[in-house]
Amino acid sequence: MSQVDPLLSNQTKNQAEGRHPRPSATLRARQDQAARRAFFIFTLLPVLLILFITVALFFRSWPIISEYGLSDLLFGQVWKPNKGLFGFWPFILGTVWVTVVGVVLAVPLCILASIYLAEYAHTKTRSFAKPILDLLAAIPPVVYGVWGLLAIVPFVDDVLAPLSTRWLGSISIFSVNQPTGFNILSAGIVLAVMIAPLIISVMYEIFSTVLNDLRHASLAVGATQWQTIRNVVLPQVGPGILAAIVLGASRALGETIAVLMVVGNIPQIPTSIFDSAYPLPALIANNYGEMMSIPLYDAALLSAALVLLVVILIFNILSIIVLQRMTRKK
Amino acid sequence: MDAHIQVKNLNVYYGKQQALKNVNIEIPKNQITVIMGPSGCGKTTLLKTFNRFFELTENTQLTGEVLVDGQNIYDASVDVTEVRKVVGLLAQRPSPLPMSIYDNVFYGMHIHKMKKDRKEYKAAVQHYLEIAGLWDEVHKRLHDPATSLSIGQQQRLCLARGLAVEPEIILGDEPTSALDPISSQNIESRLLELKQQYTTVIVTHTLRQAKRLGDYVIYMYLGEVIEAGPAHEVFNNPQHERTKAYLEGQI
Repeated sequence: MSQVDPLLSNQTKNQAEGRHPRPSATLRARQDQAARRAFFIFTLLPVLLILFITVALFFRSWPIISEYGLSDLLFGQVWKPNKGLFGFWPFILGTVWVTVVGVVLAVPLCILASIYLAEYAHTKTRSFAKPILDLLAAIPPVVYGVWGLLAIVPFVDDVLAPLSTRWLGSISIFSVNQPTGFNILSAGIVLAVMIAPLIISVMYEIFSTVLNDLRHASLAVGATQWQTIRNVVLPQVGPGILAAIVLGASRALGETIAVLMVVGNIPQIPTSIFDSAYPLPALIANNYGEMMSIPLYDAALLSAALVLLVVILIFNILSIIVLQRMTRKK
Repeated sequence: MDAHIQVKNLNVYYGKQQALKNVNIEIPKNQITVIMGPSGCGKTTLLKTFNRFFELTENTQLTGEVLVDGQNIYDASVDVTEVRKVVGLLAQRPSPLPMSIYDNVFYGMHIHKMKKDRKEYKAAVQHYLEIAGLWDEVHKRLHDPATSLSIGQQQRLCLARGLAVEPEIILGDEPTSALDPISSQNIESRLLELKQQYTTVIVTHTLRQAKRLGDYVIYMYLGEVIEAGPAHEVFNNPQHERTKAYLEGQI
């Protein structure tokens, strides 16, 4: 070979001309390290922001927590700010009901859809179905709210409520006690559609962590595809499925505008999915900035925000830990 | 020759690329047939047409016939799970199912509802673990996860799992290539013991293994079968230049 490696030739040239590469290398190393530190700080900022928000919310809500005690606030059943009664219990239950109904409606469909996409669908089907599902996540919540208002509320009022009265009326959680469609079920249906894309895409990722070797091992002894999914794939992905559901639930917990447009916003303790409710995010969004002259009102709303934030953080952190473990195993 | 598998005018395409070109061969019953050839020659593809596993890859096309016991397994009336019950596969990498040792062997029998009660299943699990030469090593920990076994033990477990559904044919896709020499030898001696009762087809890229195991040899090159015949004939007196070159280590 007559050609000389260009790198090598440079090096020999440097040596021949008596150049010392070290000083510039140190400068470059310093610049590199400075850049690294800068990027690190920018990466750290969001984490600090979460901490800062949490701490700030805590201090702003401290006046009411110190006066009433956390358990009186959380479990107090009456919300009459102008009489000094700040019970969050109706709002907490409202949040829980709406979230549970949304998750219960979404999860079975999401499991089936993600099984189809990950296990059965042809690559071509997948390559157009997945982007469309992801697109659902890009629709602004207020549009979902309008859809709920125009389509779901009347549907629940005119179709589902009479059906339920006729067939399920004796079961208390399905009894219809209010004359409107602005209720937990409407909010749950809207939420289910909103959280489905997230749950499906996380579940799909989870399914693709299962090695093909395992599917083939099962198919090789003459198992059908469904037997393979049920006996080999599903047992592997159990924790991941649960994490996907929790992640969807935490999205549902925090969803504000679409829910408050259809849920009725009545601070009561719900007993049926056809009751109106008043979830925490709706409470904060509807009232913050108004009637702020009432003593402790500001602190009450911010402690509601704190409760919401802490619960959602815990949900998210738990599911992220599970999901990371699962994807690392791959 | 008493042929167990007959391949007639078989062509296989991956997309537009032809992987098998007009393959016509017969696989003798209750012998070990070895498919050999350089990598990319289509030997694994050919093997995977015998249990319809190549269908698991998308965009494949197949023309021609593969007859097992005289029945074309690509006939529309044939149930693919039945084909795979009759034609077992030992994969390249041991892939125990994520369940206990016992359940791995139990799995296929249970899916095909092959036994009446627990007692029969238990006896069958023991039987096939014994055949695979694994019983003595695992009988005290049958309910441990299968992944706790060594890699060589895992491959013998996979053998037991495959045999448990009572196949007539065992396919092996380089079944020892992921194993250490002692485990490989162990698998090889199992296969030699089993050849009285099962038609065995092994893909291998090691010539020495082909010589140790083969009763009947198929040599492939670029998607075509170049030469097929009894092992002693092909090894001692190859008819084709390419086969000769391969045996002499030129390819």
